[in-house]
Amino acid sequence: MAVTTRISGIGGGGQPTTRTVAPDLRAQKSWRRTKSGIMQWLMGASIVVALLPVIFVVITVIGKGASSVFTGFPKFLTAAIPNQERKIGPGMGPAVVGTLLITALATAIAVPLGILGAVYLHEYGGRSPFAKVVRFLSNVMTGVPSIVMGLFIYVIFTLNFGYSGLGGALALAFLMLPIIIRSVEVMLKLVPTSLREASYALGTSKSRTVLTVVLPSALPGVISGCLLAVARAAGETAPLLFTIFTVNQTNRNVFSGANTTLSRQIFSNALSSLSGAQGRAWGAALTLLAIAFLFTIIARIASARFSAKR
Amino acid sequence: MTTECDQKASMSDQESITNFTVPAVAEETVAPLSDRGETVFALEDVSVFYSAFKAVREVNIGVRANEITAFIGPSGCGKSTVLRCLNRMNDLIPGARVEGKVYFYGTDLYGSDVSATEVRRHIGMVFQKPNPFPKSIYDNVAFGPRVNGVKKKDELDHLVEKSLKGAALWDEVKDRLKTSALGMSGGQQQRLCIARAIAVEPSVILMDEPCSALDPIATARIEDLMREIKSRFTIVIVTHNMQQAARVSDRTAFFTTEINPASDRRTGVLVEYAPTKQIFSHPSDIRTEQYVTGRFG
Repeated sequence: MAVTTRISGIGGGGQPTTRTVAPDLRAQKSWRRTKSGIMQWLMGASIVVALLPVIFVVITVIGKGASSVFTGFPKFLTAAIPNQERKIGPGMGPAVVGTLLITALATAIAVPLGILGAVYLHEYGGRSPFAKVVRFLSNVMTGVPSIVMGLFIYVIFTLNFGYSGLGGALALAFLMLPIIIRSVEVMLKLVPTSLREASYALGTSKSRTVLTVVLPSALPGVISGCLLAVARAAGETAPLLFTIFTVNQTNRNVFSGANTTLSRQIFSNALSSLSGAQGRAWGAALTLLAIAFLFTIIARIASARFSAKR
Repeated sequence: MTTECDQKASMSDQESITNFTVPAVAEETVAPLSDRGETVFALEDVSVFYSAFKAVREVNIGVRANEITAFIGPSGCGKSTVLRCLNRMNDLIPGARVEGKVYFYGTDLYGSDVSATEVRRHIGMVFQKPNPFPKSIYDNVAFGPRVNGVKKKDELDHLVEKSLKGAALWDEVKDRLKTSALGMSGGQQQRLCIARAIAVEPSVILMDEPCSALDPIATARIEDLMREIKSRFTIVIVTHNMQQAARVSDRTAFFTTEINPASDRRTGVLVEYAPTKQIFSHPSDIRTEQYVTGRFG
């Protein structure tokens, strides 16, 4: 595209002259602009299409579950699960307790192991053959179906120790682990080497550098990665089928005895044809959604407060 | 400000240190230096390899205490590589290997029982691009002392203040010690990095092109700072800026590259090492003369 245009001509006296003409800077009609407009429209449309299912789910769950949860508000979250499915009314108390306890235990197992694993892979393992194997295996683990993981824990743990919240937590923890390892490793890669060099140049050992410089710098990303994993775990149903069985009473002891969670209850209640049970299932779904939302907010606040100063 | 440098330089004009130009034969011992100013670093036939590639060959140099020694030379001649040997930062590069001996007050830094972490506690480093931690100003400066075990708040407060004053930064930041270090200008960040390095009370501070990312005024402040702290530390600075080396250093080492006939790659080599005045007025080697007069590089 010419920047300036020179116009040649013959001026007075017979000498050839050139004079410069200012270029036309108005937007030019062209196929490229049209194409750009089409692509922008397409991108906007695809965002809407991607958001539609999420919005639809949220609206449906709120619509159908609101009546169960909000009539006599806290009652739904604390009342016992009726033993007779046909009974209409609250609650899901034992399931709420179960979800919170088992997810918390799974997080307590998976997060430290996952972070340590990622730190090993990135800071210490590097390219060694062992690190390559670990990395490969943890990538494979992300693809393991959750029901298979449940069966695995069933065979090695539940058959020996009986149903318990711990078994469920173990199954969930192994599902969370590869997600945490992969995302934390990526976050560690994003911490610039210059920060590590600065720390080493002060005479800091490698472990202390990781603990006091690298991890705090990567903290917001680490928290997001763990949150993603917790979100996956909180909603899992299949691995819990074999490991916690199901009960309708609150079991606060995660280490022994069968337990129940919201996801488990949704599974059994939604299958029922009785409106009482179905009402409770929708209520449980709304509760689960709200708990996940709450976790997200808490994690964002924690990440903002404890993260390295920007 | 320049008189001290001038005096030292003119006195040692007499003993031009010719046995530190490129030796044809490796020498058994480091040649004796004058008694004025003890030797902090003595490098004997130091070569640095990155895997199979010889980056720098056979450097023999002696750095004196409480002086500013400058490494100058064109790009790729190994100045930063040699500097990083002095505090074992090359250990962090996979495949890097150092041959020859690096003596620090008589101890071989690459000896089998020497811990790199301990080495770096005594030999600090300031990098080209300021790299403060994403923490508060206070936490940045207190980081080193905390690693060394200082826990009491008043001790830390005192150390932080002393280091920031030593880096000529205290007055500017004393009211906002708890704010993020990343909110400062580039020149301030670099002075913070210097304060951070001073806080662990090393004997040597290595500076790898510390002013190349800064504007001229910030550069001038840091050069003033270097002259101020010279009495407490030994400073070795790598710089692309010849005028800076002429302004600031007592002794200058000129490096250049040679084409290695075997591999057709360039290897760094130390050409001349002498008091700064001599390098810039009567250099012994033709390559040095061409570089400092601007004919190449």
